[in-house]
Amino acid sequence: MIGVELVKLVRRPRTWISLTLTCALPFIVAVFIAVTHLTPPPGQGSAFLSAVLQSGALYPAAALAMVLPVFLPIATAVVAGDSIAGEATTGTLRYLLVRPVGRTRLLVAKLISVTSYVVLVVVAVTVTAYATGVLLLGPSQAGAVAHSIGPGSTPVSGVGAPTAGVSPGAGAVTSLSGTPLSLLQLAERTVGAIAFIAVSMLGVAAIALFLSTITSSALGAALGALAALVASEILVTLNAAAVIQPYLPTRYWLAWIDFFRDPIFWRNIDRGFAIQAVYVVVFLGAAWANFSTKDITA
Amino acid sequence: MIITRALTKRYGAVEAVRAVDLQVREGDRYGLLGPNGSGKTTLVRMLLGLVYATSGEIEVMGRRMPRHAHEVLQHVGALIEQPAAYPHLSARANLALFDAAGPRGLGSRRSRRGRRGRIDEALEQVGLAGVGRRPVKAYSLGMRQRLGLAAALIGRPRLLILDEPGNGLDPRGIADLRELLIGLNETGVTVFLSSHLLAEVEQLCTRVGVLDSGSLVLQEDLAVLRAPTGRILLDSPDADRVCAILDGQVEQRDGQRLLIRHADPAELNSRLVAAGLRVQAIGPHRRTLEEVVLSVTGTGSDHIGRPS
Repeated sequence: MIGVELVKLVRRPRTWISLTLTCALPFIVAVFIAVTHLTPPPGQGSAFLSAVLQSGALYPAAALAMVLPVFLPIATAVVAGDSIAGEATTGTLRYLLVRPVGRTRLLVAKLISVTSYVVLVVVAVTVTAYATGVLLLGPSQAGAVAHSIGPGSTPVSGVGAPTAGVSPGAGAVTSLSGTPLSLLQLAERTVGAIAFIAVSMLGVAAIALFLSTITSSALGAALGALAALVASEILVTLNAAAVIQPYLPTRYWLAWIDFFRDPIFWRNIDRGFAIQAVYVVVFLGAAWANFSTKDITA
Repeated sequence: MIITRALTKRYGAVEAVRAVDLQVREGDRYGLLGPNGSGKTTLVRMLLGLVYATSGEIEVMGRRMPRHAHEVLQHVGALIEQPAAYPHLSARANLALFDAAGPRGLGSRRSRRGRRGRIDEALEQVGLAGVGRRPVKAYSLGMRQRLGLAAALIGRPRLLILDEPGNGLDPRGIADLRELLIGLNETGVTVFLSSHLLAEVEQLCTRVGVLDSGSLVLQEDLAVLRAPTGRILLDSPDADRVCAILDGQVEQRDGQRLLIRHADPAELNSRLVAAGLRVQAIGPHRRTLEEVVLSVTGTGSDHIGRPS
């Protein structure tokens, strides 16, 4: 069944269209920057964007920062929200179940398919952004400074905060903390960031998948998950809601930026992984409990 | 093949299926009749483990459902209300996906070759062999219905459970379907279908059940239901004189047509001819399935009656 779900994912035009569009945004931005040589001043715009002219190798991180707040959650919520509800709407759900496919098996297969999609998109964004970064913005120059993350992009301001970009000039890229990073280190940290972002998206996917088992409207499930994220984003910035902030799904979303500090600032990364794991377990459990006992009348 | 005991399904306060004792024997062509909203679809979905019963038991092929759904459903082909398919894929790709979703999985190269054979066979059976590579979104209603049947047949089932299989088919398609199902039945496949089309069931089935407002109000072999009623239907231009001779035995008269209480048409015929009466047509009277069904059902649930 897992193979079948992957075949369905691969053969669906939507997969490739959304993938292309998500990769296209950083590409368009890179073209503009390459032509005009204008980057946002440090502290404004997407994280890392102000430094990409100094090092194209930093562009994958900038690209991830660009697609993370809107594009990735939307793509994830749409695919996960559609997973059960979409099959219910087209009527194929009942035919899959009488094949027979066990309900738990179907849910697991859907989860793996959604996970594959998320990883595929994040990796594709990273790879295409690396290619465009190096080709359009040039390879890394000594002294590239990555201190220019946007305002409020890391909620723990002050802790490990970006220091002024005084570069020793020894490494390819300077970390947010001012020390140089070799290209290998940069690659390792990018992989860490990819993993963190993928796990963050799994949290979204779990919420959307749960909603997808309740409603037969794929749109409703996707929008419901996005509404949860928007609510979380609003609460994250609200001082009065400080009590619940550590438990909000988007609270540590930007902690992946901490992979680019030296040494890596693990506290928020660890918390981010932990909170997403909780969301994944709770919502998948709820999805399973609901789906395996529900009358399929669609 | 299918046995249910006091099977009941309640949605809130509404009893969609009420204490149904279904008995479908191996080799039957069973037609479940009932007006719209009588609970046919809910019953079918319970047999397939899609809807969970509120109370009662279901046994399919001797095993309890839905507990043994995994073993049982491998040998069942089903069409549940409308057919469904992934519209951007071809009929062949759809059938391959549905087949691979089952217990066989995507499988090795050898099993994939076997799959291709089964797909060819199923498409051939339903008359879609020539159009299997077109995307399903370009299909007509009837073609989709045929594809749904092909999906039900692909696992070479021993039991077919078909909900309204004639939907969307033109007269030619319905005739093809009847021929296909009778042919499959002759090779040992038990057929259970639901329908609100009496004529379809009358021509196809060997056994009928009638659902009315969720209750099974009748379950009998068609041969029994359609057995001679002990009356004779006679058509004669000399109807007046027939009435005079058979005084008291004529139960109904409609112009030339008479309904006569008498068991033996041949004997009656020779008696009338001997008396010099002309007989245009004579034969044993049988009830039509429609008469049988109407006699045991009330109005359908989608019939809006005047408040009493």
